[in-house]
Parts: sequence; C-alpha cells; structure tokens
Amino acid sequence: MSDLVLTVRDLRAGYGDEDVLHGVSIDVMRGSIVAVIGPNGSGKSTLLKTIYGLVPARHGNVMLLDEAGGSHDLTGLRPNRITALGVNMVPQLANVFPDMSVLENLEIGALPARERFAAQMEKVLHALPLLRAMLHKRAAALSGGQRQMLGVARALMSDPKLLILDEPSAGLAPAVLEEVFAKVKAINATGVSILMVEQKARQCLAMADYGYVLEQGRNRLQGRGQDLLNDEEVVRLYLGVQRRQTGRARDGRDGPPTPP
Amino acid sequence: MLEQFAQLTINGLITGTILALTGVGASLVFGIQRIANFAHGEYLTFAAYAGLLLNATYGQNLVVATAGAMAATAILAVAIHFGVLRPLRGRGLVATSLITVGIGLMLRDVIFMVVGPQTRQFEIDQTAVYDLTLVRISPGQAVAIAITIVVAPAVALLLARTPIGKAMRAVADNRDLAAISGIDVERIGTYVWLLAGALAGLGGTMFAVVQGTFDPNLGFQVLFLIFTTVVLGGIGSAYGALMAGIVLGLAMELSTWSGFAGGLEARFKPVLAFAVLIGLLLYRPQGLFGRARVF
Ligand SMILES: Nc1ncnc2c1ncn2[C@@H]1O[C@H](COP(=O)(O)OP(=O)(O)OP(=O)(O)O)[C@@H](O)[C@H]1O
Ligand SMILES: [Mg+2]
Repeated sequence: MSDLVLTVRDLRAGYGDEDVLHGVSIDVMRGSIVAVIGPNGSGKSTLLKTIYGLVPARHGNVMLLDEAGGSHDLTGLRPNRITALGVNMVPQLANVFPDMSVLENLEIGALPARERFAAQMEKVLHALPLLRAMLHKRAAALSGGQRQMLGVARALMSDPKLLILDEPSAGLAPAVLEEVFAKVKAINATGVSILMVEQKARQCLAMADYGYVLEQGRNRLQGRGQDLLNDEEVVRLYLGVQRRQTGRARDGRDGPPTPP
Repeated sequence: MLEQFAQLTINGLITGTILALTGVGASLVFGIQRIANFAHGEYLTFAAYAGLLLNATYGQNLVVATAGAMAATAILAVAIHFGVLRPLRGRGLVATSLITVGIGLMLRDVIFMVVGPQTRQFEIDQTAVYDLTLVRISPGQAVAIAITIVVAPAVALLLARTPIGKAMRAVADNRDLAAISGIDVERIGTYVWLLAGALAGLGGTMFAVVQGTFDPNLGFQVLFLIFTTVVLGGIGSAYGALMAGIVLGLAMELSTWSGFAGGLEARFKPVLAFAVLIGLLLYRPQGLFGRARVF
C-alpha cells in the first residue's frame, strides 16, 4: 500500500578511512521526481553509488518498495541484483560503453531481459528518437548531449521502475540541457520514478516534486521543489539571485525526513 | 625477393594469429580483472607440455592434443583465479602484478622439475615441407593454419555476437556500468579466465608446433610479445588485441625481408618488438587502437 518506492535511512559511507556520507536520509515517492542538490564534493554521487551498492554502506539502510507492499533491503546487494529488482542508473561520468556501438550499448542494457529486447528497443527509440539514426556509430564518437541520451536509453532498456540520474546536465550547452530535462520529465510521465542529482539547481528544482539539499555529507534542507526554489537559504546558497521567500521548506538536519 | 616476401608474410600471419588469439585473452584479463598477469607466459608453457603429453604419450592427433591442452590450461587459469588471485584482490595493481610474477616463477620451476630442461617436439615430421610454388610451409605451420582458421573466427564471433562475449567486452570497457546494466561481473570474471586460459592453451601448443622444438622457456620467451600485443591493441580492447597481434607478427617477420634495408638479422626480431613496446608506452600508452583509460 506504500506510496514510497525508495527509502534511504541514516546512510553512512566513504572511501578508505574517511566517511563522506554522515547519515543521509531521503525518500522517493512512487511516480515522483526527486532532486538532490548540493555543492561540489557534498557527497551527491557517493550517495547514489552507495544506494546502488558500488560503494559499501557502513551504516543505515536502503529499501526498495514495490506496489504490492513488499520491500527489498538493497543494502549489501550487488549492483546487478539491484538492477534485476527494477532499478537503473546513469552515472555522472563514464555513462556509456565507449568502445561499443550505440546498438550494442542498448543490447547490454537489455541483457537482464533479453527476450523483450525488440519491444523495449522500439519503446526507447520512440522516447529518444535521435538515437535511431546513429545505431551503428561508436559511442565514443557521440557528442556530449547524444552520449547523455544514450546513457539514459541504455538504462531504460531494462524497463526500470526507478531511474537514478547523476547530473544529466553535466557539461551540456543550455539548449541541450533543456532537451535532456524535457526527456526526463517525459520519462517520468510514463510512470518511472526519478531520483536525480543536479548542479543546475534552478531547472532541476523547478521540475522536481521534492528536493533535498546535501551539505558535507548531511541533509541540509528539504522540501517541495517549488518551495526550495523560493527558500531564502537555497536562493542565497545555490541560486544566487534574491527571490521572494515563502519559507515552507523545512530544515532537514534533525529528525527523520517526512515525505510530502 | 618476392618469394621471400610472400614466405615472410605467411610466417608472419601464422605467428601473428597465434599472438592475436593469446593476446585477446590477456587483454580481456587486463580489462576485466585489472591484472597484468606475468604468469601468462607460463600458462603457454604448461599448455605445450599438456599437449605433448596427449600427443606423444597417449598418441592423440594434434587437434585432440590442442583441444585437451586448451581445456587443461583453462582449468589451471580458473584454479589460480579462485585459489590465489581472487582472495588477494584489492591490494593494488603493483602487489597483484608481483604476485603473478611469483606464480609464474613457481609454475616455471615446477615444469622444469617435472619435464627437465631438454628440448622436445610433437609427433610431426619435422623434415617434411609442403611446396606451394610461391611459399613453403612446414607440417607444423599447416596444423597451426588449420586450427587457427577455425578458432580465430570463432573467438571473434563469440565476442561480437554472443551475450557472453558482449558482456565480457562491456565489463572490460566499464566495469561499474556493466554491473549497473545487470551483468554479474563476478561470473564474467570467471568466464574471462576460462577464455584466456583456453586461448593461452591454444597459443602454447601452436607456438610449440610451429617452432618444431621447444623447452620450458617457451612461455617466458613469448610473454613480452603477448604484453606488446595487449598494449599495442589498447589494454582491455579485445578487437584491438586481435589486430595488434597480427600487425606485430607481420612486422617482426617482414623486418627480416632483404627488401627492407637489407633485412634485420633474425635474432633481432624480439628487439624490434621491444622497441615497439617502449615507443608505445612513451608516446601512445593507450595503444594504436585503444583510447585513454585510467588504471
Ligand atoms: N573514489 C573515490 N575515492 C576517494 N574519495 C572520493 C572518491 N570519490 C569521491 N571522493 C570524495 O568524496 C567526496 C564527495 O564526492 P562526491 O563525488 O560524492 O561529490 P559530489 O557531490 O557528487 O560532487 P560533484 O558535484 O563534483 O559531482 C569528495 O570529497 C571526493 O573527493
Ligand atoms: Mg557528483
């Protein structure tokens, strides 16, 4: 009966002896877009990697909830098991297989569900039609925007119900960025829940249902996307332009977060 | 001079194809396991003696002996993976590489102890020559051609078309993304050792058969040719290694052609390969066909 698809509770993780995450908690409502913003090095990518089992969690847990009310503890699972449960991710860097063709990238994405390849491929190419003309191109030869689209397409080939995106706008020209964000919205409209990390706080919060601000590996602020966009502190810290304050975003430093 | 050129080309293609197949395995191991396996040469030596055992002692023909050697070497490679390399994983490239040096020395000593230092040969007529007007090939070369002409396309097809082959290339290309894509990278890691072991098995028996005679130094002598192939092709790139092996084999043979500045003396062939390796590492460490990657 739960309306949540993902819950992260008090997650701690890091590299070597250093902790980078000092207890981060987030929730993703089913069918929503959740944005995580924060300055460089605040641990956004580490959070996503820890959720996906690429960096081991040292404390806390990550739960994936299905519509029937069942739940899977993702903590300690290997990434391929998490993918099999209906999740996929587009990492911040190295998000395609550069030595392989576009078509092969999509085939790799469909390996967990090979029997549905043709149908899924049609669906994905329908959503991202620019890839259709370059199926036999090497991924390394794509432009930044095309590569980002391919990364998303590869992830969609497994037909995930939760898609995690790490800075899909990184390094893209403003026009291309708009296009990528529009695609993310369109994908979300087909029923895929989205958890995305972004530097482009304004555009990202504008389309997000809910947002979190991370700072130095801790929850700093959270609230509905629109409210964060208007929050005085967020404006001062990340948006840089004075805006009218509504002040409905609440401080997320103490107590577990509550979904909207 | 034309005839010499044709002969050297044939010789180069044969050596090159064997090198290419062995190199594909080593390159995928580099890419997938992040290991520079200095014991790889000894896997070839092991294979040559495993093949010889089947051929000379048990009277099997060369095809059966080669297949047997491939299977035995694949098992050896997987056993060393599970027994030594996997438990010691995560200690960094230098430590792991030194461990493989140790494994190589141990294997070499054990082989020396078991078979002794004398040279051996497979049961083929070493004196026979097939004269094909332009070129002459030995029975050993004929066997190598017959076997690699089947195996090389099979390996290329495996990598290009089958889900396992694609998964191997994907893991070598980008391990984390392969895992996110749902590939069990641990299982692929085992498969890649099976493949690399089998191809080292093929390489060992084929080098022994083509050379005519061999001793326990066989693998040690070709180890750095394999490494040159891997680097030339771009570390981790299967297709790169396939091309690089053939290019290197041809280059080494053709460097002795009299039309090429009078021809290099044959014993300098390995020096040429070494010069290629050093030049590459200095000026194009991503290989001729590879792209830059971070280790
Ligand atoms: N593989 C790694 N090994 C060691 N330290 C790392 C590693 N990856 C990240 N870090 C460190 O962890 C901290 C958080 O990095 P992370 O990549 O999670 O930040 P981020 O919020 O995603 O930053 P950005 O906005 O630049 O992508 C940084 O101090 C970084 O130096
Ligand atoms: Mg990041």
